[in-house]
Amino acid sequence: MTTVAIVGALSGCSAGGSSAGGSTATLWALTGDQTGVVEPAVTAWNKANPKEQINAQYFANDAYKTKIRTSVGAGSAPTIIYSWAGGTLDSYVKAGKVADLTSETASIKSKYNSSVFDLGVVDGKTYAVPMDPSYPVLLYFNKSVLAKAGVSAPTTWDELLAAIPKLKSAGVLPFALAGGSKWPELMWEEYLVDRVAGPDAIKAIAAGKKNAWSDPGIIKANTMLQQLVSAGAFGSDYNSVVADSNADAALLYTGKAAMLLQGAWAYSTFQTSAADFTKSSLGYSNFPSVSGGKGDPANIVGNVSGYFSVSANASAAQKKTAIAYLTQGTFNDAYTKRLLDGGQVPPIKGVSSQISGGSDSFVGKTASLIDSAPNFQMSWDQALPSAEATALLTNLDQLFTKSITPTQFSDAMNKTIGQ
Amino acid sequence: MSSSTIKSGGVRKRPTGVGAPSGWYMAPALGIFALFALVPLVVALWLSFTTWDAISSPVFVGGANWATVLADRGTWHALGLTLEVVALSWLVQTPISLLLGVFVAGTQKYRALLAAIYFLPLILSSAAIGLAFKAILDPNFGLGASVGVSWLKQNWLGSPSLILPVVVFIIAWQFVPLHTLLYQGGVRQIPASLYEAAQIDGASRVQQFFSITLPQLRYTLITSSTLMITGSLTYFDVVFVLTGGVPSSAINILPIDMYVTGFSAAQFGTASVLAIILAVIGLAISLVLTKFSGFNRMSSQQEGA
Repeated sequence: MTTVAIVGALSGCSAGGSSAGGSTATLWALTGDQTGVVEPAVTAWNKANPKEQINAQYFANDAYKTKIRTSVGAGSAPTIIYSWAGGTLDSYVKAGKVADLTSETASIKSKYNSSVFDLGVVDGKTYAVPMDPSYPVLLYFNKSVLAKAGVSAPTTWDELLAAIPKLKSAGVLPFALAGGSKWPELMWEEYLVDRVAGPDAIKAIAAGKKNAWSDPGIIKANTMLQQLVSAGAFGSDYNSVVADSNADAALLYTGKAAMLLQGAWAYSTFQTSAADFTKSSLGYSNFPSVSGGKGDPANIVGNVSGYFSVSANASAAQKKTAIAYLTQGTFNDAYTKRLLDGGQVPPIKGVSSQISGGSDSFVGKTASLIDSAPNFQMSWDQALPSAEATALLTNLDQLFTKSITPTQFSDAMNKTIGQ
Repeated sequence: MSSSTIKSGGVRKRPTGVGAPSGWYMAPALGIFALFALVPLVVALWLSFTTWDAISSPVFVGGANWATVLADRGTWHALGLTLEVVALSWLVQTPISLLLGVFVAGTQKYRALLAAIYFLPLILSSAAIGLAFKAILDPNFGLGASVGVSWLKQNWLGSPSLILPVVVFIIAWQFVPLHTLLYQGGVRQIPASLYEAAQIDGASRVQQFFSITLPQLRYTLITSSTLMITGSLTYFDVVFVLTGGVPSSAINILPIDMYVTGFSAAQFGTASVLAIILAVIGLAISLVLTKFSGFNRMSSQQEGA
């Protein structure tokens, strides 16, 4: 009796560390708002399925990116691998590191919005399924700050530009920007390129077309970006502001800044750090339209969803557990309700009827933005291969500080295509 | 008073090998050194001739990575910044830690208390130091904004002209205690008789410092400088915490460049080239320092000039 218990404990331990054996599936996901999505689901799953246990571990975003790549390469990946789809998933598939889930997931395919589900499909085969809410990037504003400065929330680029001097003379920062973290600059770039050059410009880059970064629309968008910086839209200290401590969100809710371009995930920060502000003076809208641009003003950019893949190195028993979890443990009724209650939009069909606060609530507004968007562009740092994404952040930083011109930016980025 | 005196004394002859320990005693240390220093170095050298994304198998490409890295202006910029950090770190830290070390080498009780305060940064982890300075230097919610001292409210971490001095300052803040400790130990090794003789000759305190303390600290200076230079050459952690791993070009020092190339851009072949360059420079500087200082002759500190 004791021996059995010890053997059981030992095999349980070994399965916890890697996917080499045993029936306990391992799962790696991110800390922060994702833990709030994954942790309750895994706990509920483990309670309901004592024979198909899942051992979940959580990592900080940047640390995870490094750890998962080396673990997948070394064959010691967890059974269930979190990814952003895009370039990372492509490299996993190319190296044969993730399992083909086409037949196992055929039954749940119809549940998801097809554009979201298709991002987990590579060469016609399903390798990853959605597991996270959709996080479009929104323009947040502090209504009372705007009112005091006599400015209304901008819906066009011209209104946005006109608001800058008025807000500056009212003594507030027009836009909070966490330039120290670099990736928030990418959200401005993504929206401006979408509005001016249109989604096709990005598709050409993703397809590896030669000199795709030299699209005149991209150069125009980058010129507008530098005009914005010169006009003092972000103040002079934005490169010292970091997003991982939510300093940019703090600028907005403390009234030091009037507006903030951030992902829908920032809403939970507002709720927890400034509940009164969130109720009374937080406003949000889609990015302003740009007249004469090629992109539809209803387009959105952001994180379409997060995805789970199953390691090709996992044992048969682990794979069985993982597939059971991915098909039954995620986006069931409780999962969907939990996301909606937290102000997040699940990427599945027919959620609008379940939104309790109606179309005026944050989740209702986000859901309708997603529903009416002709194009939902996945964040570029996830859509593009790692080498290009890294070069993009570095060059964008230099574009913002005006160390390079829009043409030099395009030249530098063209060199990274096909690397 | 060497072994020859023992032999000539006619005492029982010592068995061979006792005076000089067997070379086998080095085996455990050599084994660990080979496993954790030489093997990775050789692997990095091999990787530098391949392209590898850490997921699929490495592909041999010959000298292509080396050609790319050496032709890239970014590499030379990073190397220049690294040497700038090294030089500034040495120039800032050496005088401060030398003077502090001489000062706290005294035996008064209050100096012991002061020394304990100076050494505080030494026990903090680099990550903690990075996070603390990031919070302190925040222009909107940091020290400058809360105390209301206007010159403190600067774009410390975001301005291309400020970030390098800020990093050099933080490195100094972190490592001056260690070097102070070295100098304190060095000063306490100097025989008191030298100072007594100088006092009889009527030498002032300043004269004593330049004629006795400084020359006697020659080897401490070399040890400290070697540590300082090789340390700041490979300095990484605080800069990484401060910049979040995506540095502006103003602080893209070689170790950061290597990390970003390897772990963010997934180009481990190119990153290995940078790693090898860094290792070679570090080795060369250490060799030059020991060679030209006469440190390797291990002569006595107390006699001669």
